[in-house]
Amino acid sequence: MTDATIAKPSGLGAGVRAVSDAVLPVVAVVAAIIGLWYLACIPMNIHTALTDAERAGAVVTPAGAAERRDMGGIGLALANTEIVPDVFSQERPRLPAPHQVGMELWKTTGEMVLTGRGFSKRSLLYHAWVTLSSTVLGFLIGTVAGVGLAIGIVHSRVMNMAVMPWAIASQTIPILAVAPMIIVVLNSVGVTGILPKALISAYLSFFPVAVGMVKGLRSPGAMQLDLLATYNASQAETFWKLRMPSSMPYFFTSMKIGMAAALVGAIVGEMPTGAVRGLGARLLAGSYYGQTVQIWSALFAAAILAAVLVGLIGLIQRAVLKKMGMAS
Amino acid sequence: MESDIAANGAAQVVSESSVIVADSLDLTFQTNDGPVQALRDVNLTINRGDFVSFIGPSGCGKTTFLRVVAALEHPTGGTISVNGMSPDEARRARAYGYVFQAAGLYPWRTIAKNIKLPLEIMGYSKESQEEHVARVLKLVDLEGFGEKFPWQLSGGMQQRASIARALAFDADILLMDEPFGALDEIVRDHLNEQLLALWERTGKTIGFVTHSIPEAVYLSTRIVVMSPRPGRITDVIESTLPLERPLDIRDTPEFLAIAHRVREGLRAGHAYDD
Repeated sequence: MTDATIAKPSGLGAGVRAVSDAVLPVVAVVAAIIGLWYLACIPMNIHTALTDAERAGAVVTPAGAAERRDMGGIGLALANTEIVPDVFSQERPRLPAPHQVGMELWKTTGEMVLTGRGFSKRSLLYHAWVTLSSTVLGFLIGTVAGVGLAIGIVHSRVMNMAVMPWAIASQTIPILAVAPMIIVVLNSVGVTGILPKALISAYLSFFPVAVGMVKGLRSPGAMQLDLLATYNASQAETFWKLRMPSSMPYFFTSMKIGMAAALVGAIVGEMPTGAVRGLGARLLAGSYYGQTVQIWSALFAAAILAAVLVGLIGLIQRAVLKKMGMAS
Repeated sequence: MESDIAANGAAQVVSESSVIVADSLDLTFQTNDGPVQALRDVNLTINRGDFVSFIGPSGCGKTTFLRVVAALEHPTGGTISVNGMSPDEARRARAYGYVFQAAGLYPWRTIAKNIKLPLEIMGYSKESQEEHVARVLKLVDLEGFGEKFPWQLSGGMQQRASIARALAFDADILLMDEPFGALDEIVRDHLNEQLLALWERTGKTIGFVTHSIPEAVYLSTRIVVMSPRPGRITDVIESTLPLERPLDIRDTPEFLAIAHRVREGLRAGHAYDD
């Protein structure tokens, strides 16, 4: 609404500068994080690295794993600098190095695609797809439920007072405790497959959508409502012409939160299903067998999935708001 | 009784009838700090084609009176009729257009679409919507801006668009609540001039709330001076100015005399005591 939005610099030069302005800080932060990560690997993994090296015949100080057990990682690393490179290439490190996680990610995604096994059960793509499908289904159910609740709450005093406390209470229950019950109960009544997991996703994602939409649908001011009253507009007209468009920025913001929550719900829902499919199952299996590299690559797969999904909503948001003339 | 007369009047002729008749109107708001009397014993008749300004300090009930006419507030005593109907009936009959202090255009609609808003709600056909939009855009001097979004227009142009929106559906009454209050002096002068021209062309009945004495005197055929606690009418001044009013009429002795009387009226109402 301000004059500043009128005179936005455009053109190729400004575009390139905007991109480099955005990329540089991101690259710097990522580099710093990776650097810290590598550093952290040294004290975390030095104990096992020294044990392995000693077994292989190297001379380490002090000798004997029992001797070293209570010693600090940093001190050990300083006393055995020649062993330090080993901490980045262990099979089951306490903390896998970034390149190990990256290799594992590539091995279970891109490489498998190249060898035509992109959808085998060892592929992270397969597991991500399993998680994605229940995330998206749950997110859709949750969004529809959240919007529906919000419409009811905004238009009905009774619903406002009766539903909101329950919605808030529902979110105070730890999902980890409820998820297995939902799975088991639904299984016993014959509902299996993707739906039970999706319902856990929906359970987590309806809430931010409902809260955001209540705020959004109530965002038109008294003046705007008075104006429609002078036109003798019905409640439905007020909803479609004023409340609904006004709520759009809130809608997309709450959908982003809802999507992230839905992904968490799907992963949690995969843990008690006997751990066979999905990123959650992959995490659980990794921790059973001490496969830290596998755990971390599953974690990163989940993070990437979340980023892509939230980014997708962001893109839709920009397109819609731009079409509505509200992009800023 | 009063409203009966007005109803008969409205039914009989269109030319010289009372459009808004308020008879010993009272309005008391129940607040947490106890009752607040916003209007007390307001008697006023506004005739067709009048330009009536309401002036007074904050809390004198001028906006409240306008909102009662628009059925946005409901009186707790007395009677009021609009076009011979109750305000609620008049609202349902879409008897008036209301212009608020802020333009209040929908940011997601273009200017033309904003003006179409009341027309859509009132069920005008597509062609007739286009027709009305083109006509009122011309009326407020915004031709060629129909496809712009509100943020692409200056504050004064936005307010003109909101006036166009209020004019779009051919209501005979235009209620304006400090429409130019948020604009600077130069823009305001310009809009006042345009508003007078528009009033002359359309022959609407206008109720206009303002804080500004020159604005009230320049625009009005009648000036209603109000004072607060409780909100009441202290003076009603018939303007002796000619209908043709260039901006420099404000330097004539006649203009200054009316402005003086308005100021006296405000002072008499102890408006500036506290």
